[in-house]
Amino acid sequence: MAVAVVPGGPDAHGKFGTYGGRFVPETLMPVLDELIEAYEELRHDPAFRAEYEHLLRTYVGRPSPLTHARRLSEALGGAQIYLKREDLLHTGAHKINNALGQALLAKRMGKQRVIAETGAGQHGVATATACALLGLECVIYMGRIDMERQQPNVHRMRLLGAEVRCVTSGTQTLKDAVNEAIRDWVTHPRETYYIIGSALGPHPYPLICRDFQSVIGREARMQILDQAGRLPNTVIACVGGGSNAIGIFTAFLADASVQLVGVEAGGLGIASGKHASRFAPPTQNVRGAVGIFQGMRTYVLQNADGQIAETHSISAGLDYAGIGPEHVYLREVGRAEYVSATDAEALRAFHLLCQLEGIIPALESSHALAEAIRRAPHLSRDAILLVNLSGRGDKDLNTVLAADEASPDEAAHG
Amino acid sequence: MGAQAIADAFARARAEGRPALMPYWSLGYPDAETSLRVIEAIAAAEPDLLELGVPFSDPLADGPIIQRANQIALARGITVAHCVELAATLRRRQVRQPMLAMGYANPLAARGEEEYVRLWHDAQVDGLIVPDLPPEESGDLQRICARYQMALVQFAAPTSTDARIALAARCASGFIYVVSVTGVTGPRQDLAAGLRDYVLRVRRLSGGLPVAVGFGISTAEHVREVGQFADGVIVASALLRAAGEASDPAQAAYDFVRGLQYWR
Repeated sequence: MAVAVVPGGPDAHGKFGTYGGRFVPETLMPVLDELIEAYEELRHDPAFRAEYEHLLRTYVGRPSPLTHARRLSEALGGAQIYLKREDLLHTGAHKINNALGQALLAKRMGKQRVIAETGAGQHGVATATACALLGLECVIYMGRIDMERQQPNVHRMRLLGAEVRCVTSGTQTLKDAVNEAIRDWVTHPRETYYIIGSALGPHPYPLICRDFQSVIGREARMQILDQAGRLPNTVIACVGGGSNAIGIFTAFLADASVQLVGVEAGGLGIASGKHASRFAPPTQNVRGAVGIFQGMRTYVLQNADGQIAETHSISAGLDYAGIGPEHVYLREVGRAEYVSATDAEALRAFHLLCQLEGIIPALESSHALAEAIRRAPHLSRDAILLVNLSGRGDKDLNTVLAADEASPDEAAHG
Repeated sequence: MGAQAIADAFARARAEGRPALMPYWSLGYPDAETSLRVIEAIAAAEPDLLELGVPFSDPLADGPIIQRANQIALARGITVAHCVELAATLRRRQVRQPMLAMGYANPLAARGEEEYVRLWHDAQVDGLIVPDLPPEESGDLQRICARYQMALVQFAAPTSTDARIALAARCASGFIYVVSVTGVTGPRQDLAAGLRDYVLRVRRLSGGLPVAVGFGISTAEHVREVGQFADGVIVASALLRAAGEASDPAQAAYDFVRGLQYWR
């Protein structure tokens, strides 16, 4: 049985245990103070909550359904797998819950200009969407390499009226897009609201993002009680920055019987050093260790000298060196455990769900599925695994087709 | 040595009725040996203090020029240990100005704070500048630096409230680094509007610590103007731009730093 944790925290310093905090240049400290103050007021404001919840219902498409994956469960011959269908939301992933909430917050704070970073483009699309809806100016930073990999999302953001700025510094991927967004924010701190895309960054961002994403777990908990008549044995979610995971975990923190499992990107395998598993054992060039990165104290993939490591995952949304600080805390107190799934395992899970359930999952979510597929056969038929299907896989078709061509056997065997 | 040497350098400049000049160079840029020669040449131009950059993969307070210098140095394999070694070599080669190491928090955290401070101390570096470690998050480091009599600089920014400037002043040693603009490091044509009033506000709240202005200071004219109301000026990107790709970087750096000293 897992340890129950009372949902709450961070403390007055923005720390979950010793993780989190505010590690930013002085220019941003007063801006964060202002955000903390505004958010403390608005999170208890009934009118703000009502406006947000109204949009979730009438625009985003909440509540998202809970689907019993009967054929998949049957094929695995063990536990019953239930899917929380965040893939069915407007813009195709859970990212909209956070982007819309924070865009509303920006508007209430009188900030007309919104900036965001994006890796795969899902958070960028969600932010561009929220800004179009609320009439806010929107600038999205995206690494040059990601722009090449995710062309359709670049077009989507532009159609939605956002300006997409190509980031050519550093490794030209997600972490550099975050750096560039922070540099923009330092340059225009008074008029700009930065919507960080995950439960990451300096306090109060991990808290704000968790609050807006925790609707996932609140709905899922009621739905599973309603459909299965009991709580799940295990809740499984993929963890890049960790917003969909913290979103579904939070409602179950106090349920001691419910195991919480986060799945990191194992990339080409931990031993290869080409992965994005912050909690994996160290290899020669890469180690996940406590560090200070992009505004927070957290686990970071780095080399022995404290330089941030390049990461690898087939899924752009999990391809990040840091992790939300609350996950480090939940792991440390033993409330949640973290495992990894490789690119190949995620691809197999992707195909299996397509073929058995008629659902094309995002490659990110496929990592969570891979863990469920690993566990289900060892469990009894009345055990329940609840998987957060955080997004849909339309955006990944090119990646999957290319991977299948590279190793056709894997695809054929599903 | 240490924080005292920094205080003395500011006091000497003040006695001469001019701002203390603190040029910056990235250790290991464009390579270790050249950076040594450039910093020696800068020192020979007789500025008052030296700021030495410790390369980091993700320098989020820096603009393109320093980012690039960081990347080039890292691509050549520079490490914190090399940087410390370079600083020690500068001392052996009779560089006498107070030196401050400017580096981000993660390489520091990876070493361990105590070990990091001890390394720089043993290389006879006098203080540290850590741009992503605000007063609230640097309590341990403040205590360790104090124990080694090393300075730990804190920042003021245009967005800082009076209360935050006072907090920085209470937690700082050496000087207060006044970020002249909202933005990242990089050369600028003009000084920020309202800079004088803002710097005077910081001085009022600095509890007697020297106040040095950086970010965008690029010319002798800037140095003269800022010197009218600040105790020191920091010049970084403009120097890297002027000397980094010159045919003789050491000579170019010497000439540039000499040229900033309008009092000569």
